[in-house]
Amino acid sequence: MQQDLEVDRVTKRYGTQAVVDALSLAVAHGSFFSILGPSGCGKTTLLRIVAGFLAPDDGDVRIGGRSMRGVPPNRRPVNMVFQHLALFPMMTVGENVGYGLARRGVARAGVAARVDAMLKRVGLPGAQDKRVDQLSGGQKQRVAIARCLVLEPALLLLDEPLGALDLKLREHMKIELKQLQADFGTTFVYITHDQSEALVLSDRVAVMNAGRFEQVGTPQELYYEPRTPFVAGFVGANNRIAGRAARSDGEMVDVVTAEGLAVRARASGRIAAGDAVEAFVRPEVVDLARDAAALPPGAQRFSGRVGSLLFDGANSAVLVREITTQAEIRIALPQTGRFADLRVDEPVAFGFDAARALCFRAGDHGG
Amino acid sequence: MADRTAADPAASRKRLALLLLMAPALVWLVGLVVLPHVELAVLSLRARVAPRVYEWSFDQYRTFVDEPLYWRTFVRTAAMSILATACTLAIAFPAAWYIAKIARGRAKTVLFVLCLIPFWVSETVRTLGWMILLRESGVVPRLLVDLAITPVPVELLYRDATILVGLVYTSLLFMVVPLVSALESLDDSLIEAAYDLGGNGWSILRHIVVPHAAPGIAAGAIVVFMLTLGNYLTPTLLGGKNSLWFTEQIYAQFITRFNWEQGAAFGFLLLFLSTAIVWAGLELTGQRFGDVMRRA
Repeated sequence: MQQDLEVDRVTKRYGTQAVVDALSLAVAHGSFFSILGPSGCGKTTLLRIVAGFLAPDDGDVRIGGRSMRGVPPNRRPVNMVFQHLALFPMMTVGENVGYGLARRGVARAGVAARVDAMLKRVGLPGAQDKRVDQLSGGQKQRVAIARCLVLEPALLLLDEPLGALDLKLREHMKIELKQLQADFGTTFVYITHDQSEALVLSDRVAVMNAGRFEQVGTPQELYYEPRTPFVAGFVGANNRIAGRAARSDGEMVDVVTAEGLAVRARASGRIAAGDAVEAFVRPEVVDLARDAAALPPGAQRFSGRVGSLLFDGANSAVLVREITTQAEIRIALPQTGRFADLRVDEPVAFGFDAARALCFRAGDHGG
Repeated sequence: MADRTAADPAASRKRLALLLLMAPALVWLVGLVVLPHVELAVLSLRARVAPRVYEWSFDQYRTFVDEPLYWRTFVRTAAMSILATACTLAIAFPAAWYIAKIARGRAKTVLFVLCLIPFWVSETVRTLGWMILLRESGVVPRLLVDLAITPVPVELLYRDATILVGLVYTSLLFMVVPLVSALESLDDSLIEAAYDLGGNGWSILRHIVVPHAAPGIAAGAIVVFMLTLGNYLTPTLLGGKNSLWFTEQIYAQFITRFNWEQGAAFGFLLLFLSTAIVWAGLELTGQRFGDVMRRA
């Protein structure tokens, strides 16, 4: 399959610190690729290198197979949707969308016709003469995307465009973005610190930390088969249990925390007895019961008391303190409403299948 | 509308407070601006027909039109002022761009202070400084001889170009300040977005930077134009007796000739004509006065 974007061992240093550290990646034609990472992980720097605003200290960026070394941003077949969209307030919507075409020397009538067609495609027919400040947040985003896509770039870069929107609109715009990408078939490279955006939107996601990729894969792979403790902790909610491997048979590990909590988990990578390890258990993997006998057979069992109730509709959870070690575990509440009358301090039992918990060697950063 | 007619004690107290707060400004405006101008207007509209006998007349204004020296002096003053404003803009824009967009932290403050420092010195002393530099026996002519550029020292004072240099120097700060604030409010990502969409330096300047900074440019231009047009000291000192600046005509009528009627008429003509020029400038560039003054 043709690769629209290839980043080949790109490095960018500020002083002695490598913000982007010998990073490579390939994005297939027509796909939605996200780079997910906490703020300061270097994802914006990487995006700006691809767009051409920064030159890498080392390595090469190829777009559509062509090296971009020495090519300025205004000559790259790439366009960017900025964090705060950066629509030109001194121009109308039509002038915003037509700006790039006019710079390419397209005749006035040609610009008008293509702007008209593009605005129709993004669901804003006849909005040419509106001022930018007359648009809603969602409409502004569509104009920002239309302004880029009208130039038919090989690649559209998006720099956290949903970051400034309120939650409701953000949910709506997520769906809209995905549909726009499917309609146009343009390759999107999207950067975000919001794991839910990355999971919902992308075909593939790269999880970035401290200038390197921890893991690149489909959202499902990242969620169910994280390869590093960072990915396990960053993608989706997770309970982190740090301790030492008391016993390891290569397949399963017995983890004991400093407080004495013992859990069993599936080993990811090679773990020897005595290693410092981190085990991760997703809140929805843990079963909750009022009576230990009600837990599924074969699961490891614990008892505890309800610490706090976190009601959030379908995402409701409860924080339970294990009875002897006081370790706090987040447990997702089932949708049946079985625990609707749960009280703080109520004694409960919980347990999980060891095969669905993952154990990593502490500080493992993948390959 | 009904609640406005109702006698609301809270509202009337608020009105009183507002009135008290505005009182100093009103006193200043009425006492120092409106009253003298009414007096000047009356003065300018009368003619002496016999000792101590005056009559309403437009004679003073007619003199301005009939006497080529006067209106030509005005045209010359206005043209030079427009030129000085344009030169000031051309010099101030790159400086303001550097201060607003490129300099960071301490350098920014230092550069701003550097623009301000000349204003610590009184305008008279500053202009005399120019005279020391430019007079025939001054620093610059001697340097030109030493460098074998001119065989003998040349008199650099009393030339139109010298007046222009002095005016631009005096006005620079008043252009830099509104420009810096206008350019600082320009989001860098707009420039990057334009660059990303295929714009080059020139098209970004023309389509993004100048439209954004237009109210600031207009504000600076108005202030500089008005200051230059009404300047008396710089043209007189650097241009000498023949600098033919309109404010000198006003000064001459009031002080030398004791013809207050004519001086008042010239004062009003200066006010109206400069207002007309500013208005025309705003119309030509499609600016609104309110927007501009918010930036000044």
